[in-house]
Amino acid sequence: MSNSGEGGPGANGILVRVDGVDRTFHRGAEEIHVLDGLDLEVPQGEFLALMGPSGSGKTTLLNLIGGLDRPTRGSVAIGGDRLESMSARRLAAWRARHVGLVFQFYNLLPVLSAARNVELPLLLTHMSGAERRRHVAVALEVVGLSHRANHYPRTLSGGEQQRVGIARAIVSDPTLLLCDEPTGDLDRKAGDEILDLLQALNAQHGKTIIMVTHDPHASARATRTVHLDKGQLSMEAPA
Amino acid sequence: MINWLSQVAAVTLFNLRTIPQRRGAALAAIVGIAGVVAVLVGVLSIAEGFRAAMTITGPDDIAIVLRASADTEMTSGLSREETRLIADAPGIARGPEGPLASAELFVMINLPKRSTGTDANVPLRGVQRAASAIRGDMTIVEGRNFEPGRNEVIVGAGAARAFAGLDLGHTIKVGQSQWKVVGIFTGGGGAAESEIWTDAAVLQPAYQRGDSFQSLYARLESPDSFASFKDALTTDPRLKVKVVRQREFLAEQSTMITSFIQTIGFFIAALMALGALFGALNTMYSAVADRTREIATLRALGFGAAPVIISIMLESLVLSLIGGALGSAVAYFAFNGFTASTINWQTFSQIAFAFAVTPQLLVMAVVWAAVIGLVGGFFPAIRAARLPIASALREG
Repeated sequence: MSNSGEGGPGANGILVRVDGVDRTFHRGAEEIHVLDGLDLEVPQGEFLALMGPSGSGKTTLLNLIGGLDRPTRGSVAIGGDRLESMSARRLAAWRARHVGLVFQFYNLLPVLSAARNVELPLLLTHMSGAERRRHVAVALEVVGLSHRANHYPRTLSGGEQQRVGIARAIVSDPTLLLCDEPTGDLDRKAGDEILDLLQALNAQHGKTIIMVTHDPHASARATRTVHLDKGQLSMEAPA
Repeated sequence: MINWLSQVAAVTLFNLRTIPQRRGAALAAIVGIAGVVAVLVGVLSIAEGFRAAMTITGPDDIAIVLRASADTEMTSGLSREETRLIADAPGIARGPEGPLASAELFVMINLPKRSTGTDANVPLRGVQRAASAIRGDMTIVEGRNFEPGRNEVIVGAGAARAFAGLDLGHTIKVGQSQWKVVGIFTGGGGAAESEIWTDAAVLQPAYQRGDSFQSLYARLESPDSFASFKDALTTDPRLKVKVVRQREFLAEQSTMITSFIQTIGFFIAALMALGALFGALNTMYSAVADRTREIATLRALGFGAAPVIISIMLESLVLSLIGGALGSAVAYFAFNGFTASTINWQTFSQIAFAFAVTPQLLVMAVVWAAVIGLVGGFFPAIRAARLPIASALREG
């Protein structure tokens, strides 16, 4: 694979290719093998759910795909960009351009308004202030929160905060959306609204989404579900 | 570059806006740095004030002649014949009454300090008629000048403030005689303001000095005349004298105490700065710890390590500059103009002076505060930049 894939899919439509990845952590003298020779391919436009028990390596795999962590062995390539060979600086720039992240606990900056939170990824682009404001307005409209743009996170419900988080994730039009338990902190109704939103982003906007979840109700919304157990894929289930 | 700067600005803005959430630690750091700056400026303002009291302003055209082996007026001695030869030397300016030269006596008298009541050495200078014209900046602000031949003195404004019994109209005992204070003078804030002046001809018999003097002050035709004046005196076989400019003479006489005060000041300030540095470090470490998840979120979104480091250092810098400004203000209002007197160990005389919080001191204070802030922010900033993003995202 080359390093010049610019985040687009390969000739066979594969956007994410995880190839023989190990990830080992050290706790004192103890070695903890979280991922063990894992292979995974995700085509562009797929909505993939990653399921598995706690400690199975779901979030670790998501972090590797998002360039937030590096494999101990093996390769992670997104559209031809091999992440393990990138410097930390280049990886940060790559993340800014190609990855939208949605967190379980939203991870909004409490001192910034919803609009300012959504604007953050655009500060890493060369957009003018007017362009940034226009993109923020569109992103907030997509998640249905235009009327809450100037509200601070503490004044928003959990569901609204997660919508802001999703708006922040999509505002720079990334190649890939990575969602780590996006409904894990929400009640069923708010969770369903978030899942509706993710489904719409996948179906209507063609976003490739990888979602870590414990919840079969959530994974049912995905186009494919893979199960992890003890650091390896144990089962694949198309929706 | 613009992109990078906007990253720095965004993260810095975020950091600064979280300060109210950490107001206790931030306030402790600000107060700590303010204390360092206030003490540093306060102590150094003593040295600055002393230096100012020993400095003359205006053209550098006053020369002092001493015996060749003397370092101070106290250890010098000149005969009347020698002072006549000196006054006739080339390069001395002339007034309506002849050369602007004053042969002078310099003795110490004991007077109680107003502040403590303890005795201190106060310089009493016997001068000739031209003394005021030579100094140039002498002004009688109360009363009148002494009359030649009478037991009368005029008192420098600094000495009048610092020592008891020097009020206008009072009488002081010098040797076996009573002397009346007939005037108060200012001398541009210089060392003369710590002195008492009288007629040299009256002072000589009071101290059994015969017809001798200790120094000769001369105003030169111009600052450039100094070399020819000096050459004329030092090559005259009848004279064994040294010739120095007054500015250099006073500066040399103040070096010991100024250096001592500065050393003490910097030592105390360095110790306090160490404490303040730990305060700043603690504040910024806790700031980083409190924001671990937010910093990791920014890093995850693609913000670089360098903007995070710079923004945290800028935050620390802002806090320290607030502390520096606060400390400078406290030092200025508490110390600037505060009058005191101290002994000049090189002349064993009391010098009255006012603490001087100068612009240079304030700039130095800000620099100290900035250094404390930057060092205090550096290590926490490095820690923030090295946070493992994946695990830090779940903290909090």
